[in-house]
Amino acid sequence: MIHSLFLINCSGDIFLEKHWKSVVSQSVCDYFFEAQEKAADVENVPPVISTPHHYLISIYRDKLFFVSVIQTEVPPLFVIEFLHRVADTFQDYFGECSEAAIKDNVVIVYELLEEMLDNGFPLATESNILKELIKPPTILRSVVNSITGSSNVGDTLPTGQLSNIPWRRAGVKYTNNEAYFDVIEEIDAIIDKSGSTVFAEIQGVIDACIKLSGMPDLSLSFMNPRLLDDVSFHPCIRFKRWESERVLSFIPPDGNFRLISYRVSSQNLVAIPVYVKHNISFKENSSCGRFDITIGPKQNMGKTVEGITVTVHMPKVVLNMNLTPTQGSYTFDPVTKVLTWDIGKITPQKLPSLKGLVNLQSGAPKPEENPSLNIQFKIQQLAISGLKVNRLDMYGEKYKPFKGVKYITKAGKFQVRT
Amino acid sequence: MMSKLRPQSSATNPGTNMTDSKYFTTTKKGEIFELKAELNSDKKEKKKEAVKKVIASMTVGKDVSALFPDVVNCMQTDNLELKKLVYLYLMNYAKSQPDMAIMAVNTFVKDCEDPNPLIRALAVRTMGCIRVDKITEYLCEPLRKCLKDEDPYVRKTAAVCVAKLHDINAQLVEDQGFLDTLKDLISDSNPMVVANAVAALSEIAESHPSSNLLDLNPQSINKLLTALNECTEWGQIFILDCLANYMPKDDREAQSICERVTPRLSHANSAVVLSAVKVLMKFMEMLSKDLDYYSTLLKKLAPPLVTLLSAEPELQYVALRNINLIVQKRPEILKHEMKVFFVKYNDPIYVKLEKLDIMIRLASQANIAQVLAELKEYATEVDVDFVRKAVRAIGRCAIKVEQSAERCVSTLLDLIQTKVNYVVQEAIVVIKDIFRKYPNKYESVIATLCENLDSLDEPEARAAMIWIVGEYAERIDNADELLESFLEGFHDESTQVQLQLLTAIVKLFLKKPTETQELVQQVLSLATQDSDNPDLRDRGYIYWRLLSTDPVAAKEVVLAEKPLISEETDLIEPTLLDELICYIGTLASVYHKPPSAFVEGSRGVVHKSLPPRTGSSESAESPETAPTGAPPSEQPAVIPAQGDLLGDLLNLDLGPPVSGPPLTTAPVQMGAVDLLGGGLDSLMGGANFAAPPAGTMPANLGAPLGGGLGDLFDLAGGVGTLSGSYVAPKAVWLPAMKAKGLEISGTFSRQVGSISMDLLLTNKALQVMSDFAIQFNRNSFGLAPAAPLQVHAPLSPNQTVEISLPLNTVGSVMKMDPLNNLQVAVKNNIDVFYFSTLYPLHILFVEDGKMERQMFLATWKDIPNENEAQFQIKDCPLNAEAVSSKLQGSNIFTIAKRNVEGQDMLYQSLKLTNGIWVLAELRVQPGNPTFTLSLKCRAPEVSQHVYQAYETILKN
Repeated sequence: MIHSLFLINCSGDIFLEKHWKSVVSQSVCDYFFEAQEKAADVENVPPVISTPHHYLISIYRDKLFFVSVIQTEVPPLFVIEFLHRVADTFQDYFGECSEAAIKDNVVIVYELLEEMLDNGFPLATESNILKELIKPPTILRSVVNSITGSSNVGDTLPTGQLSNIPWRRAGVKYTNNEAYFDVIEEIDAIIDKSGSTVFAEIQGVIDACIKLSGMPDLSLSFMNPRLLDDVSFHPCIRFKRWESERVLSFIPPDGNFRLISYRVSSQNLVAIPVYVKHNISFKENSSCGRFDITIGPKQNMGKTVEGITVTVHMPKVVLNMNLTPTQGSYTFDPVTKVLTWDIGKITPQKLPSLKGLVNLQSGAPKPEENPSLNIQFKIQQLAISGLKVNRLDMYGEKYKPFKGVKYITKAGKFQVRT
Repeated sequence: MMSKLRPQSSATNPGTNMTDSKYFTTTKKGEIFELKAELNSDKKEKKKEAVKKVIASMTVGKDVSALFPDVVNCMQTDNLELKKLVYLYLMNYAKSQPDMAIMAVNTFVKDCEDPNPLIRALAVRTMGCIRVDKITEYLCEPLRKCLKDEDPYVRKTAAVCVAKLHDINAQLVEDQGFLDTLKDLISDSNPMVVANAVAALSEIAESHPSSNLLDLNPQSINKLLTALNECTEWGQIFILDCLANYMPKDDREAQSICERVTPRLSHANSAVVLSAVKVLMKFMEMLSKDLDYYSTLLKKLAPPLVTLLSAEPELQYVALRNINLIVQKRPEILKHEMKVFFVKYNDPIYVKLEKLDIMIRLASQANIAQVLAELKEYATEVDVDFVRKAVRAIGRCAIKVEQSAERCVSTLLDLIQTKVNYVVQEAIVVIKDIFRKYPNKYESVIATLCENLDSLDEPEARAAMIWIVGEYAERIDNADELLESFLEGFHDESTQVQLQLLTAIVKLFLKKPTETQELVQQVLSLATQDSDNPDLRDRGYIYWRLLSTDPVAAKEVVLAEKPLISEETDLIEPTLLDELICYIGTLASVYHKPPSAFVEGSRGVVHKSLPPRTGSSESAESPETAPTGAPPSEQPAVIPAQGDLLGDLLNLDLGPPVSGPPLTTAPVQMGAVDLLGGGLDSLMGGANFAAPPAGTMPANLGAPLGGGLGDLFDLAGGVGTLSGSYVAPKAVWLPAMKAKGLEISGTFSRQVGSISMDLLLTNKALQVMSDFAIQFNRNSFGLAPAAPLQVHAPLSPNQTVEISLPLNTVGSVMKMDPLNNLQVAVKNNIDVFYFSTLYPLHILFVEDGKMERQMFLATWKDIPNENEAQFQIKDCPLNAEAVSSKLQGSNIFTIAKRNVEGQDMLYQSLKLTNGIWVLAELRVQPGNPTFTLSLKCRAPEVSQHVYQAYETILKN
């Protein structure tokens, strides 16, 4: 099981270590640093590294490495999932998962890690339960604590810990009972040079924010549940109901959580909301090239495409770029060679374009590779797959909750090859 | 004192007084002293603050162990937070202060009786983390109580505590009967308790392979399946992993388990999903393919696997490594999902490389167009490693999907036109393979390839190009010039290129003898006279002799038609694949090696059950051979011989099958394959992946190799005498035609402690032979003649003489490859002749090879697991008794015999003449002619040969 955890920042300082069994020397991280050096790019550090006596399984989150040390055969996915859960918990508790936040709350961090894992076995990872055990820091509470001497550690057994619904704490009370659902869909796509779709799929999630008193039992139904054939559920969902009736029936955790995630892969269902016309060329034996891209709306279901950003990793030999946007603004970072064009929204009357010259290092050979364009966008009030919530019913409690559903479509990994 | 610290810390961190960073003031001298004072303060709040400072220092690795007594004094408190903090500190430092730690025992015992279950659980949890021997005894009573606590929260914590305690003192846990209590908890009413009990038992079982801790029966399976639905996601992982080790009694049970596991495929936690996939993949084996349920299940497996690929890159990587196994085992699951493996430009490199590998595995006629378009796209990317692999992938597609070969070749030509150096080189390497698969089909591209000759600077690409030139010399007008240009810097080239160049020029000479005589002379003398590389010299001499004695034969040999290379060269060998499928989701699946091959103190539960193996997994002195380096590029270490052979075929330019002297009958498959895998490679000069194409060696080496082969075949097929060690019938070692009329056949025997080489010398020449003498080259076990070769009278034509040459093992030692290779020189009045033969290892098994039982146990434990090798002995219809007595005749001694679940386990030992002990576990199942042999030895390289000896002895 998980033996130890080291938190390492980008400059290679180990700023926190936690051991659940015997103490493992920091020097074990040298193997990690070695791999990091070899990988050059932080994102390319392999997640599983073997050392003579241990295995290091790491994740890279928010510019931090979470490096766990294991010694016996353990499912690596289990470790990786757990590490992400640790990062999520920090995010949840401190608002951000950063070195500063962790150092500022080191004792809470330590208490949390102690609660989350025992002898390498996960103990309590649900945020609802953790928050009952260890209160998240707030300015007010630390003032109060330091005056009254009270503590931020709960001294009753968290109610959820052993019930059949470990994700929900008991005795929840709200004056305003609300249940909100966000249907968020991301389009992952690869578009080739000619504009045809090589690959496209929709990664969707339904995130919920539930503030309901007592033990509400909810049923969420869809207009077109057939769309959902590849789904991952939060443990609270009753699988049998879904199998037989295609209804999501559950007793929700308190607060924010991800209810389901799903994938729509059949390509005719995936609409591509924008198109890009591009002409990027480098002349042979000259130190300049042309750059010209235009972006326009395609299958956008009559909604406005907004928040468009185009990012391009230009080839290494590019020195700088002299461009003129018809809309928005652009920046080019000559160090990382990343061009970012912040467009805003598309108005079909006048399509935004970015044109101009690319200056190359003199004498360098013409770049072989063509840069891919990475595109970000957002469409409000639309789930591009067509998924629609039909109704939400509540059982088990008497009050009438306030309900709401929001839809949004975004670009996920949306790449256009040139 | 205290007032001094305050201003100082606020001066360092003026704005963050509300946060914990104030605890991070630098360690100044005297800080420990100040903390001490604060810890002993009367005010609760001060105390707590002080403990927090201590903890903060601890987290960053500062040594605050000096404060131990002061911190422990704070333990008696009703403030839960303070208690927890003190416990944190205790866990960290108890080991370094064992005497002090005893002070804490009382508090633990008291806390275990506390009315608040949270405190009881906290106490039992903490005390298990205090790794001090002296203390553990005191903890047994409280632990026993907590295991039976009325509150499930306490029980589940106590279950984990048993695992902790086991890690510290396994014997104690057994003596106290905690394991049984833990087993009882599997039937607990609370699913969380069940999950933790399973987790704890699995961990204990890992260091305890003999135990039947996790022996499941249908009732307990039912309990687990019920708990599966109700416990936390982590508990589900433990339960699923445990279920995967269960063997359902029939297909109906398998199906009903599958039905109850399938809902886990929709879990949000990817580790749960993958563990469920493992259970399903394993139990599916038992289902009939005609079943409707079977195809339903197949369909259900694809979506969750694909979903894993939308997760974080680290998860993707592990998922991809597993999918790689799954598509090899059951390609039908993902055959329609090619597109999800298309690479995105900002995927991390480790994800890209894995995706590429799976793309090739899924490539078929139906999707090849798409795949090729993608690969071509990747070949223009930035990352060099990735581009190279993409180019190679195009070549693999050509070999795999015949219809696409032409398209692949033209794609490769396009890529060569880009003139990007590394792309060109990779392309040439794969085109060589394409030529091997489709000879005489794409020669039109040779001209284009030749244009790029100068830009090649990597040995592999140069060697490939030279191979092409040599192979198609008759169609390349200036082949001689091209090859000559390489010859100039001959000695600066790598061995790979040198060997290839030598072969290519010989080929050229045989094709165009008139113009190239000088060239071939030149290369032969470079290879034989100026080189100090034995491989190169050997090959040079072979060619030289071949050319000078019989050019026609040379032509037949060197220009022989080559076998086509196989389609998929990098498939994991099927039995390994099957084993790895059982390890889906584990580290083994990431490394594509069985866990016994790499995890220190790993589990052996699945494929062996042995005398108890206790002790901690951290044995400091055990030698370490775990793999290092980047996993993706690694070849599985344990490829069986067949895998080796296939792999080598692609790179090695092997000639036609060996046509040595007539082989005796009894074609025992295993023997032949093993010899080819182990023996041939080394005869051909260390053929690993980097090895150069070995030209046309086998036929040339006909004599020695044939001898070896015949020998082994004989061993496998002949009839043995049962007095003393088994003796194989004689085989021809040196045929008369190779030795000017002297034919030597022979075998090895061992009788009452003495080894001898039984020779049959036949004179097939017309003249009388005399003045015989024999000499051995240095060899692995120092075998040497103990007496001169005594042939009393001259040997007249057509006369045969039988001689028994006594051997000893005190000669000089040099490790040979294969280990049991023996090179022999025989002299007579006519000439000196050389041959080499492989001796069966059992002639080296000494009579006092029986180990003490205790000693056996200890030694077995002591030898690291990575030294263990496992083999199958097939088609052996004997029972355990007969096996045992048969082996005993050849000095393999049975030390103990156990009957486990109807199988007979024989524990055996043997000792080699040089003192190496080999420990064996032989599993014999009545009615099943296949035995499983596990060998453990400090020198693992002998295992293979010991196995062969077993095979030989048992089958004769």
